Amino acid sequence: MCGIVGLFLKDKSLHPKLGHMLSEMLETMTDRGPDSAGIAIYGTEKNKILKISLHTSDSNSFVNLKDEIESRWGNNVSIDTKSTSAILDVNEEFFEPVKSLIDTQFPEINTLSFGSTIEIFKGIGLPADVSRSFSINSMSGSHGIGHTRMATESAVTTLGCHPFSTGEDQCLVHNGSLSNHNTVRNQLIRHGMKFETENDSEVAAAYLSYKMDNGSSLSDAMQSALRDLDGFFTFVVGTREGFGVVRDSIACKPAVLAETEKYVAFGSEYRALVGLPSINLAQVWEPDPGTVYFWEN
Amino acid sequence: MREFNLQERTLRELNELLQSQSLRFVEGEWKVLNPDGAHAIAVGLDSDLEVLIDGHVGYYCAGMNKLASVNIKGSAGPGVAENMMSGKVIVEGNVSQCAGATGHGGLLVIKGNASSRCGISMKGIDILVHGNIGHMSAFMAQAGNLIVLGDAGDSLGDSLYEAKIFIRGNVKSLGADCIEKEMRQEHIEYLEKFFLSENVKADPKEFRRFGSARKLYNFDIDNSAAY
Repeated sequence: MCGIVGLFLKDKSLHPKLGHMLSEMLETMTDRGPDSAGIAIYGTEKNKILKISLHTSDSNSFVNLKDEIESRWGNNVSIDTKSTSAILDVNEEFFEPVKSLIDTQFPEINTLSFGSTIEIFKGIGLPADVSRSFSINSMSGSHGIGHTRMATESAVTTLGCHPFSTGEDQCLVHNGSLSNHNTVRNQLIRHGMKFETENDSEVAAAYLSYKMDNGSSLSDAMQSALRDLDGFFTFVVGTREGFGVVRDSIACKPAVLAETEKYVAFGSEYRALVGLPSINLAQVWEPDPGTVYFWEN
Repeated sequence: MREFNLQERTLRELNELLQSQSLRFVEGEWKVLNPDGAHAIAVGLDSDLEVLIDGHVGYYCAGMNKLASVNIKGSAGPGVAENMMSGKVIVEGNVSQCAGATGHGGLLVIKGNASSRCGISMKGIDILVHGNIGHMSAFMAQAGNLIVLGDAGDSLGDSLYEAKIFIRGNVKSLGADCIEKEMRQEHIEYLEKFFLSENVKADPKEFRRFGSARKLYNFDIDNSAAY
């Protein structure tokens, strides 16, 4: 099972409602996967600022991290803590040392993503509780994707939650299971990619990041995923510019797309889209198997 | 006509009410408001009802239908009219995979497109699709007619038994043991009559017929590559 949702807002006046709309969509999909949930929001870009999304199970560590970064970099780094997550706003000059500090001195803190607009929040439990604990409702942005998980291929942990981010401003959610993820993971490790989990979906995310790092467009990378990734999948992929959808050629995993002048929405089922404005006027269709769909600003 | 609002009452109440009409008839015409993609709406009906569903539906709408006529004003999720025995189901929009799966009888009309596995293992149902159908449609279809005004995807009619398939548009590829067959006069007459009764403006002569080559009925070592 698993439930996935995505929302790409063409109408800027809807941007302040992104978090509200996306979290409602995700909550509707709760019965497709109640183990854990995650959401990626693409917000407003700030000049020369990179965002780092962090997670920890030990909230004291954020207090310690805050003290440490304030003493080292003062106003060049700010930290916004929400429950077990924190978003760092880092002047890009200091990104590498900040990242290095977290990796070396705060092993209990996991980096979920980094980029100029992406923020990722993940947690174990029902999507409604996860959304509430991170105040997703009040977040604004241009697009976002969400996932509610019924675990099959790896344990129910916060790190096993989707979305997986393996490159700057990139993330992926997956409904399905990959059968050749160990082989592909080993190949990617040989090419220098790093993995946080044993999860098959993280391999898909890393595969796309690797392809894009080596010059592929997202659309080309998704096209080659159809050839190289074996198994069942519906992927929704986010980048700074937009989001894409691709299904394997057997297309067992459900997917519904809806488009109006104001937005493009994805749901595992139509139920997820019911609360969107003027959904009764939207064009609603099932994405074709083995076909890449992409919308960007 | 009695209205039933799914925002105010439960799906279980709706299905119990509709199913109970065969025991204690109260109303023959029903309108279901705010379906909002819910699953299993109007399943297991077994009396001569007219049910209008005013919106999009989720999985398995009108499954196991007998005698009733169900009209879905929007699109439908996977397994619409699954295992239908008789009656008629009309979908005004598109449908997801496995439409009309294992249907024994009755008529399923899809005004939009159907995705993969349309008519999988059909056993006597007739399915009319105004748009296109996806891959693996009519897989292991045993009896009935699949009539498509648009195109068909990959592996049409794979491992087909005795169902008949009529396609007006392009066929991307045929599945194992599915072959094109001659459109004889009897087939043209069948379609003429069918289109007349369903008010479809289409020329039967534009259609091609596909059926089973009957080479997979019994194991034959020479066909092993096709299994």
